[in-house]
Amino acid sequence: MHLAYPAVLSALLFCTGLYGVLARRNAILVLMSVELMLNAVNLNLVAFDVWLSRAAEETLHSGQALALFTIAIAAAEIGIGLAIVLAVYRNRGTSDIDRLRDTAEGHEPDDPDSDATGREAPAPRAAGEKAEATA
Amino acid sequence: MTLAAAAGTAAHATTTTAAETHGFLSPTGVEIAFLLVGLVTLGAAVITVTTRQLVHAALWLVVALGGLAVEYLLLTAEFIAWVQVLIYVGSVVVLLLFGLMLTRAPIGRSPDADSGNRWIALAVSVAAAGALVWVVVDAFRTTWIDLDGAPAGSTEVTGASLFQHWVLPFEALSVLLLAALVGAIVLSRRAKADAATRASATRRGTEGTR
Amino acid sequence: MTTTTLAVLVPLLPFLGAIAGLLLGRTAPGFVRPLAVLPTLVSLASAALVAARQGGEGAVDAATELTPTGSVPVELALHIDGFAALTAVLVTVVAGCVQIYSTGYLRDDPRYPSYAALVSLFTSAMLLVVYSGDLMVLLVGWEVMGICSYFLVGHYWETPEARAASLKAFLVTKLGDVPFLIGLFALATEAGSFRITRILGAVANGGIEHPTLIALLLLAGVAGKSAQFPLHTWLPDAMAGPTPVSALIHAATMVAAGVYFVARLLPLFEASQAAMTVLAVMAAVTMAGSALAALAQDDIKRVLAYSTIGQLGYMTGALAVADRGAAVFHLLSHGAFKALLFLAAGVIIHAAGTNSLAAMSRMGHLRDRVPDAYWTMTVALLALAAIPPFSGFFSKEAVLGAAEHVVTGHTEHAPAAAGWIVLLAGLVTALLTAAYAMRLWLLAFRGHGTEAPDHGRQPLTMTVVLWVLAVPSLALGGLAFRVLPDWFDGHDLTPTLTTSVLGTGVALVGGIITYATWRHTTAHAAARVPLGAVAAHPGGDAARVEAEAIASHEPAYGDIAYAPDPSDPGRLLLGPLHRHAAAGFHLDAVYSALFVRPVRAGASLVRFLDREVVDTYVRGAGTLPRWLGAAVRRAQTGNLQTYVSALLAGTVVLAVAAVLVATGA
Repeated sequence: MHLAYPAVLSALLFCTGLYGVLARRNAILVLMSVELMLNAVNLNLVAFDVWLSRAAEETLHSGQALALFTIAIAAAEIGIGLAIVLAVYRNRGTSDIDRLRDTAEGHEPDDPDSDATGREAPAPRAAGEKAEATA
Repeated sequence: MTLAAAAGTAAHATTTTAAETHGFLSPTGVEIAFLLVGLVTLGAAVITVTTRQLVHAALWLVVALGGLAVEYLLLTAEFIAWVQVLIYVGSVVVLLLFGLMLTRAPIGRSPDADSGNRWIALAVSVAAAGALVWVVVDAFRTTWIDLDGAPAGSTEVTGASLFQHWVLPFEALSVLLLAALVGAIVLSRRAKADAATRASATRRGTEGTR
Repeated sequence: MTTTTLAVLVPLLPFLGAIAGLLLGRTAPGFVRPLAVLPTLVSLASAALVAARQGGEGAVDAATELTPTGSVPVELALHIDGFAALTAVLVTVVAGCVQIYSTGYLRDDPRYPSYAALVSLFTSAMLLVVYSGDLMVLLVGWEVMGICSYFLVGHYWETPEARAASLKAFLVTKLGDVPFLIGLFALATEAGSFRITRILGAVANGGIEHPTLIALLLLAGVAGKSAQFPLHTWLPDAMAGPTPVSALIHAATMVAAGVYFVARLLPLFEASQAAMTVLAVMAAVTMAGSALAALAQDDIKRVLAYSTIGQLGYMTGALAVADRGAAVFHLLSHGAFKALLFLAAGVIIHAAGTNSLAAMSRMGHLRDRVPDAYWTMTVALLALAAIPPFSGFFSKEAVLGAAEHVVTGHTEHAPAAAGWIVLLAGLVTALLTAAYAMRLWLLAFRGHGTEAPDHGRQPLTMTVVLWVLAVPSLALGGLAFRVLPDWFDGHDLTPTLTTSVLGTGVALVGGIITYATWRHTTAHAAARVPLGAVAAHPGGDAARVEAEAIASHEPAYGDIAYAPDPSDPGRLLLGPLHRHAAAGFHLDAVYSALFVRPVRAGASLVRFLDREVVDTYVRGAGTLPRWLGAAVRRAQTGNLQTYVSALLAGTVVLAVAAVLVATGA
C-alpha cells in the first residue's frame, strides 16, 4: 500500500480537527475536535511504524507504542478537560469559549455575588448538583 | 521534496524498486478498501466539526473514530485497532456525551454552534491542509508499505515491544493517569464546595429579604 | 575650672539644651521648660564669670585644630577680649529673659517645645559668633542664626504674613551672605588664616592687598544681618514672628552680630577710606530713613523694628568713625532697652488684643491694665530717646562724641566726611527718635475711648523680666561709661558737652513737637473715626492673641504697616511723606521690580519653554507608540480562538517558508 494514502488521510483529518478547534463555540465540541487531531497523529504513527518495521527492520515498534501512549494521554486529557469545562460552566453558566474573555482589555471582573444571585444562578446550581451526582 | 526523503533514507533503497512496480492508477484491493473507509472517516469528521446538532456531532465522532479503527486493521495493527474501539468509542465518546448533558447542551439544531471565528479558522485549516498534503505527497509518493507476511501490530508483537523496550514509560504513564484522576476529582470537589457555600449564602440572602 | 573651659561651656550648654529639647519635646513635655530655661541661665552665670575673670585685661586666646583642612587651616578658636565678654553677657541676659518670658507667652502653644529648642539653638549660635576666634567657626554660628531666624519668624506659619516674612528674612540675609562668604575667603587667602588675631596682625603689617574690595564684600553680609540699608527690608516684616523672638533675634542679638563682626575686624575696615565712607553713608541713610518710617508705622512692633534699624545705624555710624568702643557700648545698652521694649509690647498686645496703635489710641485706661509694662516701657522709651540719665543717652552721646572727634580732626582713623555724615544724620535721627518714641507712648498709653478689655493680670513670668531688663535700661549707661573704656580700646566714652546739649536738645524738641501735634489732633475727638480690630480670642494665651492680631491687621486696614487714622500725630508731622514712610519708602516695590518680577518672568519663560516646546517633542515622540499600542490593543479581544488562529496561521506561514527555503525554491 502506498504510504501516501494514510499520510494524506491523516493530514486531512488533522486539519479538520484544527478547523473544529478554531471554529466551534461549545467547549465540548472543541474537545471532540482535539480528539480528531490526536487520532490523526495516531494514524500517522501507526502507518509509519508498519512501513518502517518492514523496510528498516525496526523492531522497537516505537510508533505503535507511542500511539498507545497517545491514546492513554488522550483519555486523561478528556477527563481533565471535561472537569474544567464543567467547573467553568458552573461558575459562568456557559461553556461557550468565545464568551470567556476575562483577559481582554477593559474587561470588568465578574462579581461572584452577582453571579450567584443574578439571572444565571439556577443553572450553575443545577449543574453543580448534577456534577455531584456523576461524581 | 528532500524533506521527507531525508527522513526515510534508510528505507529508500529497498522501497524504490517496489514503488516503481506499483502505480497509483492500479490500486490493490487493500488500497481500495483503505480509500473507501478513509472517505467515510473523513466525511464523518467533517460532519462532526460542522454539524449544528451537538449530540449528532458526538455520534458522528463515533463513526470517524470507528473508521480509524478499521484503518488500523487494514494497516495490520490489530491491537491498536481494538484499543481504539475500546477506549475511544467505548469511553471517551461516552464521557463527551455526559459532558454535553451536564452543560445542558441543547438537543436539536443550535444556530450558534460555530463562533464568529469560523472564516479565519477555515482559511487557516485549508492553508494548513494544503501545505501538509503538498509536503506529504511530495515526500512519500513513491514509498510503498509491504503488508505481506506476519502482521506488524499483532497483540503478541505489540505486547513484547511494550513490555521489553517501553516498560519504563509505560509505568510513568500510569502515574500520569493517576495524577489525571486525582486532578479531575479535585476540580469537581472544590467546585462542589463553592457551590454549596454559595447556595447557602443565597438561601440566607433570600430569607433575609423575605 | 579654667576660663577657657568656662567659655566653651557658654555656647555649648544652650546647644545641648536645644538638642535635648528637640528629642524630649514629644515624649517628656514636663522637661521642656526646665531644658529651655536652665541651660541659658547657667550659661549666663558662666558668661558673667568669664567676663569677671577676663576683666578687660589681655584677650583670652585658645585654639585647637581638629584636623588639617587644606591650604588655610580652620581652627576651633576662642578669642575673648572685653567686647566678646560683655557682649556674651548681654546675649545670655536677654536670652534668659526671653526664655522665661516665653514660658508665659507661649503658655498654651502646642509648638512650644520646638520653639524653645530653636531659641536655645539660636542663643548658642550667637554665643559662638561672639566667642569664636576663627572666622569659619564664626560663619557656622552666623548661618545657624539665619536658619533659626527663618524657623522662628515662621512660627505662626498658619498666617500667610509669617510664611512670607520668614522666606523674605531668609532670602535677604542670604543675599548678603553670599558676598560675605566670598569676602571671608578673599580675606583668609590674603592673610593666610581664618584666625582673627592673625588677620589683625596681617592688617597691622599691611599684608592685606585689597582691603577695599574685601571690606565692601564683608559689608554686604553685615548689611544683611544687621538690617542696614539697602538690605534692611526683612526686619520689619519679621515682626510677624512671636514677640519674644523679635526681642531676642531682631533687637538684641542677631542683628547685633553684624555690628559686632565689624567691631572685631575694625582695623581691616580702617585700612580702606572708601569702606569707611560707604559705612558712614549706609549708617546715615539707614538712621534717617528708618526713623521716618518708624514715625508712620501703625503696628507697634513695626515701630520698634524700624527703631532697631535706626539704632543699628548709630552703631554702624560709630564704626564708620572708627570708635568700636562707642559702637559696642550702644550695642549693649540698646540690647537691654530694645529687648525690654519688645517684651513690654508683647504684654500690651496681649492686653489690648491688637497690635495696631490706632486701635490702642481708642482704648481708655490701657496703662492701668498693664502697669508693669507701662512703667518699664516708659523707662525704655526714655532710654531710646536718649534722655539723660537713662542708658541710651550715654551710649548715643558716645557715638555722637566720637563723630564730633573725627569732625574736629582729632583722629586720623576715619575720614572727616564720614564724621560729618554721621554727626548730622545722628542729630536728625535723635530728633526723629524722640518724636516716634513720644508718639508710641502717647498712642499706646494715652488713648481715649472705650475701656480696654480686662483679661486679669499678666503672667508673672512675663512681668518680672520686664523689671529685670528695666534696671540696665535705666542705669547701665550712667554706671558703665567710666568703666567700659578699660574693657574696650581705651577711647573715652564720657559725653562731651557740645553733643550732649545738642542731642538732648533736639530730642526734647522732637518730643515736644510730637506732644503738641498729638494735642492738636486729639482735640477733635468728636471727629475721630472709629477704628480697630481686636483678636477673636482675647482669653487665649499671648501668642495666640498676637497671631490673630497679625492676621487681622491687613484685612482690617488694607495694609500691614498702615492705618488710615486721621488722629495720628505722625500723619500731621510727616505731611505728604507719611504715605511713603509707612510703606518703607517703597523699597519693597523697587526690589519687586528689580528682582522679583524678572525672576518671575524668567520662570514663566522657562515654564513656557518646558510646556510648549520641550513637551511638544515629548508628546510627539509619544504619539507613534500610542498609535501602535492602540492597534495592538485592538487585537486583544480576549477570545482564545482568535489568538490560536493567529498563532497557527503564523505557524503555517513559517512552515511553508521553511519548506520553500529547504527545497531551495
